[in-house]
Amino acid sequence: MTLYLDTVGPQVSVQDGGRPGCMALGISRGGTADRQALIEAAALLGLRELPAAVEMAGLGGAFRTDTPCRIALTGASMTATIDDTPAAWNATHLLLPGQSLRIGGARAGVYGYLTPAGGIETPKILGSRSAHPGLGDRLVAGDILPVGADGGLRQPSRTLTTDGRFGGGEVRVLPGPQTALFPPEIRRAILGATFVVGPRTNRQATELRAGARPWSEHRIEVVSDVIIPGDIQITGDGTPFVLLAECQTIGGYPRIGTVHPSDLPRIAQAPVGSQIRFVEVEHGSVKVPDDATAIAAALRGVRALVRDPAEIGDLLSYQLVGGVTAGDELDD
Amino acid sequence: MSDRGPEVLPLGHDGLVVRFALHLSEAANDAVLGFAEAARVANVPGLLEVVPALASVYLRYDPARGEAFGKDVSDLLETDDWYSRGRPPAKRCWEIPCSFEAADAPELGAVARATSQTPDAAIAEVLATEVRVLAIGFAPGQPYLGLLPPAWDQPRRRELTEVPAGALVTALRQLVLFANPSPTGWKQIGRTAFRPFQGDRDDPVALRTGDAVRFIRVDGATLAGIEERDHSGLGGAKLVERS
Repeated sequence: MTLYLDTVGPQVSVQDGGRPGCMALGISRGGTADRQALIEAAALLGLRELPAAVEMAGLGGAFRTDTPCRIALTGASMTATIDDTPAAWNATHLLLPGQSLRIGGARAGVYGYLTPAGGIETPKILGSRSAHPGLGDRLVAGDILPVGADGGLRQPSRTLTTDGRFGGGEVRVLPGPQTALFPPEIRRAILGATFVVGPRTNRQATELRAGARPWSEHRIEVVSDVIIPGDIQITGDGTPFVLLAECQTIGGYPRIGTVHPSDLPRIAQAPVGSQIRFVEVEHGSVKVPDDATAIAAALRGVRALVRDPAEIGDLLSYQLVGGVTAGDELDD
Repeated sequence: MSDRGPEVLPLGHDGLVVRFALHLSEAANDAVLGFAEAARVANVPGLLEVVPALASVYLRYDPARGEAFGKDVSDLLETDDWYSRGRPPAKRCWEIPCSFEAADAPELGAVARATSQTPDAAIAEVLATEVRVLAIGFAPGQPYLGLLPPAWDQPRRRELTEVPAGALVTALRQLVLFANPSPTGWKQIGRTAFRPFQGDRDDPVALRTGDAVRFIRVDGATLAGIEERDHSGLGGAKLVERS
């Protein structure tokens, strides 16, 4: 089975749960920028493990299949049609050979995900299919992806309600190894500020800008140390960057804390211009579910997809008013 | 040394950092190599990953173990004085051909002046020093090598310049062998055909933390010949196993 990519946006790649365990080789975990979107795709498709998905930053593409398969659309809501009929986001759909799935721009958030139910069967490198610097490339128009057989073709389409993590907001911050190196007043100023997501934002990190940075002259010199996704680095001019999935493994900028892993999807999905605020929490105050528990939790929000007539763009083709008009009087 | 340590500090919801110093020193890096090996051997219940950095060791673990994991790590830490154990001997040594010709070493002159010696003396000092892989990071497979003699404690440049893959660069008593073309504030003093990471190699990551590395001087034509013949990305390097 094959998924054809007729056109793709500039930042589209295969991503899965990443490659934990390779940090000593200089390879960070990587994987989807928004892990929750992969969990939601698994719940929608009835999968027990995190699948591989096509991750689309800002803009999707046009896709076809040579065999019937279900797909899930999760993460940042993007305009989507199957043969010109709108396809709901946060839902599964049946894609048939000959149909064209067109995914446009993001309406909210940054990263959208297209997940085939049978899995993407590109070769794994170091245990993962995720594109990562030095390990696999972005997808380009004309690429074809091998896809596994879908054993659930008879399953009805499903949808779920998401947590609205696509417009910035409040994120929890855990103290890290270098938090205590910041004088209390500097720490309060940084963690109490309201930030706006800046343009120097990608899969490696999210830039956070503040109108005033009264802490910008303060210098903390430390030897380079291990860094992980979620770490909040304070760079030379005082601009914080929150590290994301594709961050490096060792870094020299001081870090004031680590965004709680359950809130990292909110950072990754915050569009340029949206606001971010921090809330300090203690270790152990909030449990982080493992993947199976997270999929089970998302499954509780899954329900059958009922098409809302308001979302159906080609009502006339349903013959709802057949015989009253020809349906094309207003076209001229 | 005013640094404090060792300290056991949380990093994220499933990690601990054992920090031996806030600044790089040979004693702290010796402690890192020794403790990282001890943590692997002890295989503390719940341990998932051991990552040596320059002056600390990161331990990722199964959060289901909770605070018991931290207790086990603290107990292991107390079994030795990690700073004074000296450097664990290298199990293997890489001999990597390197060109120091002008085109491959744009900042050799400046580095030599900063270390108060002639370019040839600076090269001789690099060739004479058996450096160790202090840590791997920044890019896949990319090594931090050290330490060079104290005179090499030179700052990075503020402005960045582009260096090619295989560039040998220096700052802070360390050498870095760049895995990919990259902008950097480190100063290029040589070039190798060695690729620390190559995805299609049996072992994509050549070096391991703790490995010894020596550089062997070759001229530019010899290096070009190696690049033409060799597709392993090992750049004519010789690996010597030590028992």
